[in-house]
Amino acid sequence: MNYEAKVWKFGADVDTDQIVPGRYAPFMLKEGQDVKDYAFIEARPDFARYARPGDIIVAGNNFGCGSSREYAPEALRRREIGAIIALSFARIFFRNAINLGIPLFTSPEAVALLADGDEVELDLGNGRVLTSNLTIDLPPLPEFAQEIVAAGGIVAYVREYGRFPGEP
Amino acid sequence: MGQTLTEQILSHKAGRRVQPGDLVVVEPDVAMGHDSLSPGIIKVMQERLGVSRVHNPEQVVLVLDHVAPASTVGVADNQNLVRRFAGEQGIRLFEVGRGICHQVLVEEGIARPGMIVVGSDSHSTSYGAVGAFGTGMGSTDVALVWATGKTWLRAPETLRVVAHGRFRPGVDAKDFALKLGRELTIAGATYRAIEYHGLEWLSLPGRQTISSMAIELGAKAGIFPPTGVAAVDWDVPDWLFVDPDATYTQTVTINLDELEPQVAIPHAVDDVVDVGAVAGTKVDVVFLGTCTNGRYEDMRDAADILKGRQLAPGTRLILSPASRVELQRAIADDTLNVLLEAGAILTTPGCGPCMGRHQGVLGEGDVCLSTGNRNFKGRMGHPSSQIYLASASVAAATAVTGVITDPRELGIRN
Repeated sequence: MNYEAKVWKFGADVDTDQIVPGRYAPFMLKEGQDVKDYAFIEARPDFARYARPGDIIVAGNNFGCGSSREYAPEALRRREIGAIIALSFARIFFRNAINLGIPLFTSPEAVALLADGDEVELDLGNGRVLTSNLTIDLPPLPEFAQEIVAAGGIVAYVREYGRFPGEP
Repeated sequence: MGQTLTEQILSHKAGRRVQPGDLVVVEPDVAMGHDSLSPGIIKVMQERLGVSRVHNPEQVVLVLDHVAPASTVGVADNQNLVRRFAGEQGIRLFEVGRGICHQVLVEEGIARPGMIVVGSDSHSTSYGAVGAFGTGMGSTDVALVWATGKTWLRAPETLRVVAHGRFRPGVDAKDFALKLGRELTIAGATYRAIEYHGLEWLSLPGRQTISSMAIELGAKAGIFPPTGVAAVDWDVPDWLFVDPDATYTQTVTINLDELEPQVAIPHAVDDVVDVGAVAGTKVDVVFLGTCTNGRYEDMRDAADILKGRQLAPGTRLILSPASRVELQRAIADDTLNVLLEAGAILTTPGCGPCMGRHQGVLGEGDVCLSTGNRNFKGRMGHPSSQIYLASASVAAATAVTGVITDPRELGIRN
């Protein structure tokens, strides 16, 4: 195992203004600027600077509350975040993130056991996260959400199946 | 078994009896986009889905309200893109200055009882004020509605809020909305619809204030029964009614007779106290506006307090009417003049500085008391700035004194 993914740990009620402040919306940016460089720019500047592809976000209740701005999860997708594990997610963020194909998990165990800066391996195939001395199983999402993420997001899902989740 | 209003609407649209937890595919009556996110929606639809034209132009409504008029060349170019798209596709577009999307769709009769209204804006719960199922979605979901005419929804459980009594003078619907945050917390209604009971006597603007803030409790929708004083002239479908046999997962009761003016303190919508607990806090900027509290009634409440008075030295009052129609009402009876005489700054009808992009962005250390709906850290500007949320009456009293003030101390006429 190579524990190359880093844990970025957050508290409860992380709102979308913290993930990407409205002043850094894509349409407010200048030519050549990318919204991914503004993820947590004020709430967690070290994330904005140092988060690497594959890193995971671990958070408390109600992650992603607030506005419907899809550029918040989009910034995290462009950062190639491996997964977001939280106690719970706000509804619109949950839907937006799943639609973009970002793996989400609700796991009280993982939130309790993982600390900021931990080095881990995310094993999406088996639905678990490993540290040098722990193996934490991640409870699967509802089936429709798993299918959307597996397809690579809702656009790919609809193109592949020609229907919406829940549609015969 | 009876059904909640949400279950009735989703069942009607799905063509089958829907239970909470069911996945349903429905055709929303309206799919609204605004200037902030529509360029992204268009891109997803045309480039990623490969669909050049919207499925049903009648279903789509576009409103330019978020950064309007444009503050930069980039914003202007994006709005031009939205204008061209609307023209090419035959979509209704409401121009800069017409007002905030949630106000405009209600004023224009586009959002009506029994409808499903989705929008690329989290405050789309506002449409619950007219007895519609209104919910916010991201760009990709709205793009799929535009492309296919349809969307999927998980039918939510319903939380019932029951109000007893009446507001005392100086207390209004905003205090009720903030009190709900205090009782339920910012995630207390997540994945659920809220249904409001005991408020048949409440006017439409008060209902809009409360429904707009349903999202601040995490709710999927916040619906008022389309009955009572606000609904006298409405065309309500006969299948939409409060069913005494409906099942609610939780009931929360609020006694209005005991409700004090409420203030949400930085940086959480559910960190709410009675006004007395923060009275005396120095404020630099007072913001009167937003889809929550930018209507004529809010301006009138503020004018009742500001009449014959001046803003405290060093305090700014930014007024962003929710729509041109609301502004015209305030002009017609001199309400606007009272506010301007007191020293208010009038901006374009629209979202104003609510999300910190223009028309009054907060600087380092600025303290703002806003009639808006969110006080997240850094939302209106510098991350060290602070936002308190309160009613129009508290806002006006605070503008007069320069510190957070209980409006009852300045005398309330209503």
